Parts: sequence; C-alpha cells; structure tokens
Amino acid sequence: MITTFAALIDTLIYTRSRDAKVATIAQFLRATPHPDRGWALGALTDSLSFKAVKSSMLRKLASDRFDAELFKLSRQHVGETAETVALLWPEPAQPKHSDVTLAEIIDALNAATPATAPHIVADYLDGLDSKCRYAFLKLATGGMRIGVSARLAKVAFAQAFGVSVDAVEEYWHAVLPPYDTLFAWAAQGGAAPDITATPHFRPFMLSHPFDGDSLDMGAFAAEWKWDGIRVQVANIGGQARVYSRGGDDISRAFPELTVALPRNLVLDGELLVKGVAQGGDAASFNALQQRLGRTSVSKQTLQSFPAFVRIYDILHDGETDLRALPWSQRRAHLEAIMSELPGDHFDLSPVLPAPDFDSLVRLRNMARDAAIEGIMLKRRDSPYLAGRKSGLWYKWKVDPLTADCVMMYAQRGNGKRASFYSDYTFGCWREDGQLLPVGKAYSGFSDSELKMLDRFVRDNTINQFGPVREVNKTLVLEIAFDSIHESKRHKSGLAMRFPRVHRIRTDKPAAQADTLARLRQLIQVSSSQ
Amino acid sequence: MDPHWIKPSSHGIYVEPADIWIDPPVPKSHAVITHGHADHARGGHGHVWATPETLAIMDLRYGPTPNTPMPYGTHFERGEVTFSFHPAGHVLGSAQILMVYRGERVVVTGDYKRAPDPTCAPFEPVACDIFITEATFGLPVFRHPPIASQIDLLLQKRQENPDRCILIGAYALGKAQRIIAELRRANWDGPVYLHGGLEKMCALYQAWGVELGDLRAVVGTPKPDLAGQIIIAPPSALSGVWSKRLPDPINALASGWMTVRGRARQKNVELPLIISDHADWNSLTETILALKPRETWITHGGEDGLLRWCEMHQIKARALAAVGRQEEDDG
Repeated sequence: MITTFAALIDTLIYTRSRDAKVATIAQFLRATPHPDRGWALGALTDSLSFKAVKSSMLRKLASDRFDAELFKLSRQHVGETAETVALLWPEPAQPKHSDVTLAEIIDALNAATPATAPHIVADYLDGLDSKCRYAFLKLATGGMRIGVSARLAKVAFAQAFGVSVDAVEEYWHAVLPPYDTLFAWAAQGGAAPDITATPHFRPFMLSHPFDGDSLDMGAFAAEWKWDGIRVQVANIGGQARVYSRGGDDISRAFPELTVALPRNLVLDGELLVKGVAQGGDAASFNALQQRLGRTSVSKQTLQSFPAFVRIYDILHDGETDLRALPWSQRRAHLEAIMSELPGDHFDLSPVLPAPDFDSLVRLRNMARDAAIEGIMLKRRDSPYLAGRKSGLWYKWKVDPLTADCVMMYAQRGNGKRASFYSDYTFGCWREDGQLLPVGKAYSGFSDSELKMLDRFVRDNTINQFGPVREVNKTLVLEIAFDSIHESKRHKSGLAMRFPRVHRIRTDKPAAQADTLARLRQLIQVSSSQ
Repeated sequence: MDPHWIKPSSHGIYVEPADIWIDPPVPKSHAVITHGHADHARGGHGHVWATPETLAIMDLRYGPTPNTPMPYGTHFERGEVTFSFHPAGHVLGSAQILMVYRGERVVVTGDYKRAPDPTCAPFEPVACDIFITEATFGLPVFRHPPIASQIDLLLQKRQENPDRCILIGAYALGKAQRIIAELRRANWDGPVYLHGGLEKMCALYQAWGVELGDLRAVVGTPKPDLAGQIIIAPPSALSGVWSKRLPDPINALASGWMTVRGRARQKNVELPLIISDHADWNSLTETILALKPRETWITHGGEDGLLRWCEMHQIKARALAAVGRQEEDDG
C-alpha cells in the first residue's frame, strides 16, 4: 500500500546509519506482499520510468494549479519539485486513496498518455495525505534522492532473504521490476534467474585511489587512466549494447559501437572521441560531451565526433566467463582477439613500461594529456570482481591544477543543501582590472566550511537575482581543477573541468587573485604531454 | 506612503513622534519590546515598556533595566502617540503593539501565532489601518499540523524505542515549555528531563502559573536511568558533546522548518517535529483577510511570498527589509 511505502520513504530519509537503513529496507521487503515489494525495490533503485509522467509534466500541473511566483519561491526554498508540489497540494478531508497498492498506481501510470497523465496524477494527489503525496510523486517521477543508493537497496535485498549480494548484482541487470524471478529465487527458493539469453550489464570492477609511497611493480601492471567514460560493450546473439558506468543502456547514443562484433563478447573499456583535429588520437572530454546524453545522433555529429572504445579488459568470450581468471591471463586473451575487432571503433589501452616505482612516477609526471587523467594500477593476479575491492586495482590521478579565484555569485543548493548558498561562481582578473567568471564549484568543502561560506554570502550580498546572490568581490577561493579549455560558455572564454573549492583563502586579498592570462597559460599545461 | 510617522529601518521600527524604537537590536534610550526572544529583546536600553512577563524574562537574561510594566490591555502616551499592548500568542508575555497617532491605528505584531498554546494568552485580533506583520513562514508550503499530532509522533517513537531516549531540541523560551505543557495535555505524566540551559526559564514559567509537572535535571542522572525518557535541550546541544551523556538519543527538533525534509536531514534529525510558535501560511493570510487593514507591511523572512499573495488579492502591501535578521534563527 502507498501508506506503508510512504512510511518506508520517510523513515529512510531520517535514518543516518547505513546499517539501520539496510535493516529498515530488509524488514519492508520481508513484510510486504509481492508485487508491491518488487515495485518498491524498483523505486528505491531508480529503475521505474513512466513515459507520460515526467517532471516537466509535474511543473505544468503545478503551474495550472498554483500561482507561478508563489510556486517558484516555494520551489527555491524546498529545493525540489516533487516535495514542493506535495506540500502545496490541498489537504483532502478524507484521503480516499490511502489503501491503493503500488501495483495499482504503476498500472495506472503505465496506461497514462500525455493527455491523461495530468488528470491521473492530480486524482491521486487529491486522495492522498502529504506524506503519501510525496512518496507517490517520488515513485511517479523517479529519482528518489533519499540517501539510498541502488547498491544499498541490493544489499538490503540480499540481507532480507539471506542470499549473496554478488549474486544479486550479477542477476540484477537481466531482470526487470517487479523482479518476479529474483524474488522467486531469493524468497521462495526457486531457480536462479536465467540471464544467458539477453545482453545485460555486468557490474564493473572499480579501483581505490592510490596514496602509497611505493608499489611492487612486479605484481602490478600500469595503464593510462583515460579521461572518457567507462563503458561495457556486450554482444550476445548479435545484439550489441553499450552500458555506462551505472549500468544504463546508452547504445542509442553510440550506434557506431553496436555494429556487429564477431561473436558473443563482453568488453570493458573507456569511451572516447577521436580528435581528428588533434592528430587522430583521443580528444579531450569536452569533445566527448558533444556525444553524451543523446537519444539519437545526427550524421554530422557522428562524423565530427567519432566515438571509439579503448579496451582494457574482457569479461566474457562466447560462453566462457573469464572473470575468475587473473588479470594477466585476461589481458593475454584480449590481446589475442583484438585483431578481430573493427579497428576504427576499438583499440587496446597499452600496458605502460613501468618496471619499477621510479619509472612509474616519471610516467605520471608526464601524464598531463587532454585525454589522460592519471594512471591505473592493476594487480596482475587479480580476478575481475564486482565493485571496489581493496588491494587489487588503484587509480593514481595526476595532481590537479589550482588557481586563486574570487567569489562573484552564489546560489542555493538542491535537496538537503537547499538552505545553504552552496554553488559558487568565481572569476579571475582581466588585464583591464575587470573580474570575469571562469567557473562554478559546489564541492570540495567540509560542512563547517560550507557554513562559513554561506555566512559570507549572506553577510556580503550586494544584489539578488531570484535564487542567485551577487556578493562583494572580496573572498578568494583556491580552486582545484583537472584541466582547462577554451570555451564559449563563459565571457572569459575559458572552462574548467571538474572545478572544486580546494581552500578558502581568507588570508589573501582579492586583488592578488589570479589573472585570466595565467589561466590561459594553464591550457598549454593541460593539453601538452 | 513615506514619509510616514513610523520609520522602519535595520535598527528596528522607529516611532518618530514618540522618539521610541520597537524591538531595536542595539541599545536605545527608549524601547518598546514585543517579547523576550533575543532577536527582539536586547539588553542595555535606557527605558523599556513591555508586558510584566517580558520584563521578567529580560530581567532574567540581562539584569534589571529601567522600565514601565504594561499588562495586556493597558496603554501609555508619549509624543501624541498612544501605545497599547495586546496578546500575540507567541510566547509567555508576547504582545502586539497598537499605536494610535492623530487617528491612525498601526499594529506591530512582533512574532505571533494563532494555534492554541497552553503557556500563553491567545492572539487577539486588533483592528488597524496599517498592519505590520511578521512573515517567518511566508510561503504556502508551510501549513503547521495540529501540535497534538506531533506530540503523538513523539510518544509513539518513545514507546517503540525503550532502550533509547528522545532528545528534543527546542528553543529555551517558549517552545520548550509549550512542548512540556502539551505532553501533559496528552497525559504524559512521567518526568521531563531538562538541559541546564532550560531550567531557569522553565522555573520562570512555573512562577507565572504555567503548570509543567515533574521536571528533572539531566545533570546528575545516571545514563541508564535516561533510557526511555524525554529530554529537552537547546537545539545546539543536539550536535555537541553534551548529548554523549545520553543513552543512544533519538534526535528530535521542534521547529516549523521541519516541514521541509531537506532541512531536517541537514540538521541530522531523526524525528522532525513540526512545532512552531509562528503563524503558518494559512494564519498569516487569514489574519490579514480578517483585519482588512488599509496597508500591510511585511517583515521577518518570507516577505516575497506574502507580498505576492497580497498583490494577488489586491491588498496594498510593502516589504520591510529587516537587515541583519537570519532566516532560521528560530521557528
């Protein structure tokens, strides 16, 4: 029922400890009948989606019901649309929908068309109390953002029924909500879900940051850490899929990669764009961004930003699961089959010559290429394991670039940071003494630093533009970033990759912050090898 | 509209013909104080007019100040302005100030609420030409539920967790005593444990005839004895070392801001209690509709929302910027 689901959501929101969250979800999954427990699990793992119910529809519904200005002010204060609508909606005298099941709601939402969806949603909202309205809207629009990751929900599922979480992860991407076969297997002791027939995502092996002083390079192999996005290419029975880091199917955005592979294969690699302009090798992440997040892609884009995958591991070949083999054997297998892959869309990430730690350090110091983020270190005897296992794979990023910038504008955050000014636009000095924005940062600071920054913004506001405050140009922020590029997005003509607040330089006068000229010099550093 | 005989500024509201400030944040020679909260009542004024309860609270916090006690319903005159004091329903002694000058009536609400509160006199609507209203919760998302529902949540949570204790963060003046009084109304007759910072104010309330029942100090109580108990402390004690002396406390925060989930999470609250001593959106708007003032002046927090509402209802209104006030100092 929606009421028990709403109670679950509320409890999870206010529960801090991971163990307590897991226990709460596990208890819910055991106590709730099928298929509602499956739909709830789908909601918690962000696996539900309804074509006709999107947040744009919700905003439209709100704009029909509420004064636009009051809604905007409320939305700014609350920090998210679904909760704002839940709070603003009139309270019914008798919540007639309190007993509705998740299955009934999901049937209704699946049957909704763009024309009927607003009426269906409004009818549910009319018949639910505030907590249920919130849970309903979270369910309907997706993106719970309640401090529960998909991983945590899977751990809870495994704990609820006493099965292995690795097995759950393995089956997860081949089953769909409400997960009939998964529950039949875990809760009723039925057969394991059959996952061989359809292409599906296998959980990635992940790495820990390397922070040691030395490493036995006899036991570890080194590769470049490419600055693209991690993908898995899976081909089964002539159907090829490209999966993103989170297991999302992004095949439609990369049709050139789903051209028939010679046989059933599952490969792990880095998706990059070929920078013809830069001499045919991998282009910067900026170029790749032209290809991300698309549902279809034009011929023009395909030609200007051709994608390829730089392969570094192999998980399956034909019927054979290679994941239990040591890395060195998988690598040998991969090298042996590379010639069978279409060369314009697949190449091999080389193993770097690093016989000892000193040569590794030298390699890393060289590694400030547009498409290189650092170095990957992989234990030669490591099997391919799901998730982040200690001691097997490490990433060792190059040190970030830094610049001293001046805070110019601040904006309220979202969700639980909605009461803080937590997003900062910062700038550097032009030759004529004008300050121009060069980027925006919303991370890198501790909770107490956030409070201090928020206080600075409130005490130094000189102008307000809706949710944005302009502040006195007096606070210097040392900004760390991975690289910097030419860009038309900012008036300064520069854009940083992954800028974050490295330090708050209350000791430094704003006039001594960096100049645009110095930032432009860093473009050279970040794109030359 | 300007120049008017009332001059709002960042130093409070200045009543020019009487040379008196209302709730000035810095010491002034002549001050009228609406209620005892620190962002309204400061020490060091030359002479203060306030209700006897408010004067007692100020005396407790700042020591004696030259004053004239003004019980509800009484008035004084200065520079042709007649000032009278009327219950605001916010905390013990809280008053709205009615000023009449050359036939024009102006009401300053200070902070107020319309919800019932056993610890103070209920809000009294006062007809006026200009209504200077607070707007702490001046957005339509804020609809405070009946306090009994929140007390039920609290008692239920206590019952479900016999090995833990409920630690309620509540403002020392008003909120803490109201929660205790409401617990008594809900037939909770066990002890309520207090942080040291609340003891004197609770004693003051009791001296003014507010029944609070069995109150005990946390200090000196062995940790195991606090399991299953209800403890009230200032909000700052929720995150500090003070709470380490308690058995696995369930952090509860009593505030109107707890309506918004993100706020509660950000404050590490496990049990958000939507309990406010301020008017919620419905009260703010219904009060304006009922009083029908010629003009509404809006201060304290959600000016933008209430201003927009006035505009939608063709009510003449303006926002007074109360610089220096923080939006979440209390609630």
